[in-house]
Formats: sequence, C-alpha cells, structure tokens
Amino acid sequence: MNLLNDLANPVRFERYARMIFPAVLGFALLTGAAGLYFALFNSPADYQQGEAVRIMYVHVPAAWMSMFCYSVMAGASAVGFIWKHPLADVAAKETAPLGAGFTILALFTGSLWGKPMWGAWWVWDARLTSVLVLLFLYLGYMALWRAIPDKARAARLAAILAIVGFVNVPVIKFSVEWWNSLHQPASIIRADGPTIDGAMLTPLLLMIAAYMSAYVAMLLPSIRNELTARRLARLQFVDETRAAELVEQ
Amino acid sequence: MTRKQKRTFLLFAVFIAAGLALGLTLTALRTSITYFYTPSELLVLDAPPANTIRLGGLVEDGSLVHGEMSGVDVKNAVVSFTVTDGGATTAVRYAGLLPDLFREGQGVIVQGRLDERGTLIADTVLAKHDENYMPKEVMDALKEQGLWQDGEEVGS
Repeated sequence: MNLLNDLANPVRFERYARMIFPAVLGFALLTGAAGLYFALFNSPADYQQGEAVRIMYVHVPAAWMSMFCYSVMAGASAVGFIWKHPLADVAAKETAPLGAGFTILALFTGSLWGKPMWGAWWVWDARLTSVLVLLFLYLGYMALWRAIPDKARAARLAAILAIVGFVNVPVIKFSVEWWNSLHQPASIIRADGPTIDGAMLTPLLLMIAAYMSAYVAMLLPSIRNELTARRLARLQFVDETRAAELVEQ
Repeated sequence: MTRKQKRTFLLFAVFIAAGLALGLTLTALRTSITYFYTPSELLVLDAPPANTIRLGGLVEDGSLVHGEMSGVDVKNAVVSFTVTDGGATTAVRYAGLLPDLFREGQGVIVQGRLDERGTLIADTVLAKHDENYMPKEVMDALKEQGLWQDGEEVGS
C-alpha cells in the first residue's frame, strides 16, 4: 500500500507533465523569439555602454536563473528530506544540471561583457566569486548524487548539501551592497524601482520569461526520464530477486 | 518528537549553523573581501600599504592628463589622473590601454602600488559602470531638464 502511494503521485505527475509540456515549450520559444528580436534589433543602445549593453539580455536572465534554480533545488530538497517525497528529490536532482548550465552561461557572458566594459575578463570581487562558488555547489551536489548508489541515502545527503549551500544565495544577491565590488549594484529588484529604461526593460523581461519557461520545459522531460529509469531499475531488481529464488528452488 | 519533526529540526539546525558560520567568516574577512579602498579609506590607514592595492572612485573632472607618447607606442602611453570619492583624492599614474568606459567623471578601480609621494602607480585600470541603463536620447533629455546631476537622477 505504501509503495502504491509513493507511485501514485509520480504517475499522476507524468500525465500532467506530458499535458502541459507542449504549451510550456511553445511559450518559451515564443517569448525567446520576441525577446531576442527586441534585444538585438528593436531596443536602444545604452548612453554609456553603447551596443555592448545587448549582452545584458542574455546575461541577466542566466544569472537570475542560476539563483532561481538553486532556490528551487534547495526548496525541493527540504520537502524531500522532511516529507520523504521521492518526486521532490527527483525534481531537486534534475534541477541541478540545468542550474549549473545557467550559472556557466552567466559566468561566460559576464566575462564577455566584462572585457570591453570593465577592461577585465575576470576579477575576484564578491559578486563574481560568490557566483563561482554557486557553480561549485551545483557540481558538488551532482557529484554527491552520483557517488552514492542507494537513492534514498543519496537524496538525504544531497539535500543537506543543498540546504547548507543555500546560504550562498543571499550572499550573491547582496554581495554588491555589502562590499565594494566592480560589479554594478542591482538594476531591477531594488527598493526604489528599476533603474533600466522601459525600452530596455521590455526585452529583458521577455528574455527572463523565456529562460524561465525553457527551464520548466527542460525539467519536465528529465523528471520523467528519471522516474522511468527508477521504475526500470526496480523492475530489474524484482526480476533478479525472482531469478535468484528460482535458482534456490 | 515525531520523526518528521526531528528531520525538520535537523534541517533548520544545519541551515542556521551554516548561516552563522558563513556570517562570522565573512565578517572576519570583511577587509579582504572588499574589492577596493576609496581615497578616504586610504587616508585613515596608519601606514600606506606597501603591497599592491586597489583604489576605487571617480576620475576627477579635468584631472586627466595624457603624457608624452613616443611615436606610435599607444600601448604604453602614460596617463595621469586623480581619483576622488568626494572627500579625498589620490593621484594615479598609468601606462597602458584604458577600457572603453574610461572617461572623466566615470567610476574606476585602479590597481597598483603607492610610491613615496602617495601617487598610485597603476598596473591595471578597470572601469566601473553603475546600475542605470537608458538610451542616449533619454539621458540628453534628462540633462536638458536639469533632472540629472553627477550620475544620479534627481528626485528618484
């Protein structure tokens, strides 16, 4: 009965995921295309940075997603850890590589932006360093899952790592306020409202919507894959046990 | 305590312990995490630091002097300027390429050593940009209406 209960939710989830997947993917492609059109062709150059400001439209959403994915991962880990919900564990596990990808993209595009604007590909200021730490947290989390064959035990330990690492997220957000840094302070989420002109904010928000829905569109199939893989492993286990029993008889 | 409560408690304890540890570490390391000194902070120090430091502030208006350029050796053109934070200033000398955003009134971070007269001999100049993004026309309009002063929007 217990096993059935555990399975029931993932099955329902899979049906639901398959249903909304095309809509999510379509939304991602649509907002992405519109966002890129505005970002590259139909938005003004910056008064200081000129055309180089267009790097913002790929950099800022990636940086946001790197922190958002980590928050999702930590939240799902906590749910999985406390309520022993396997679907939450799987969601956390499958978010990690996506978050790591967004982090790499943020670091890479930031570097490309930093060279012409600041005059350096990389500096060890608080913002850049804390985002690099975020990447290492993702990689450590993924490595931990792979290092432990027992899924339940791996989920427990990985959850603790994700929760511990979550303290880095506010550090990233406020690094530009707590310490002198080369990186600029926040432009959108700030007490006195955005400091980005409307003509630039529109493509940026479109791109953020595109990144966000692309994340969901990539997450849903990978959760389904993992659930299928686990079911397969369980079936193989049952098969082997039965074979062993037959041999004994 | 039920098992679920125990797990919840454990997770909170772990998170708070990690937060405390990180908070204490960052407080202890405050001076080394700070990416640069400002000219005022430099004045307060008892002895000028002997090793490489970073200094941040605005390039003072009218302070930029392009030195002698030998032939076409643009890469080693010497420039001197002063960096100000509104309170104090520090003189800087630098030989090399300046970033695109470098100009008078712009935020910069320079890295180098102080010489015996308190001039910073820089080996790296980085330009800092702020959080404001807008098209040039909007900027011009704001300036025209007197709504923009010293890199800050008036009344926002």
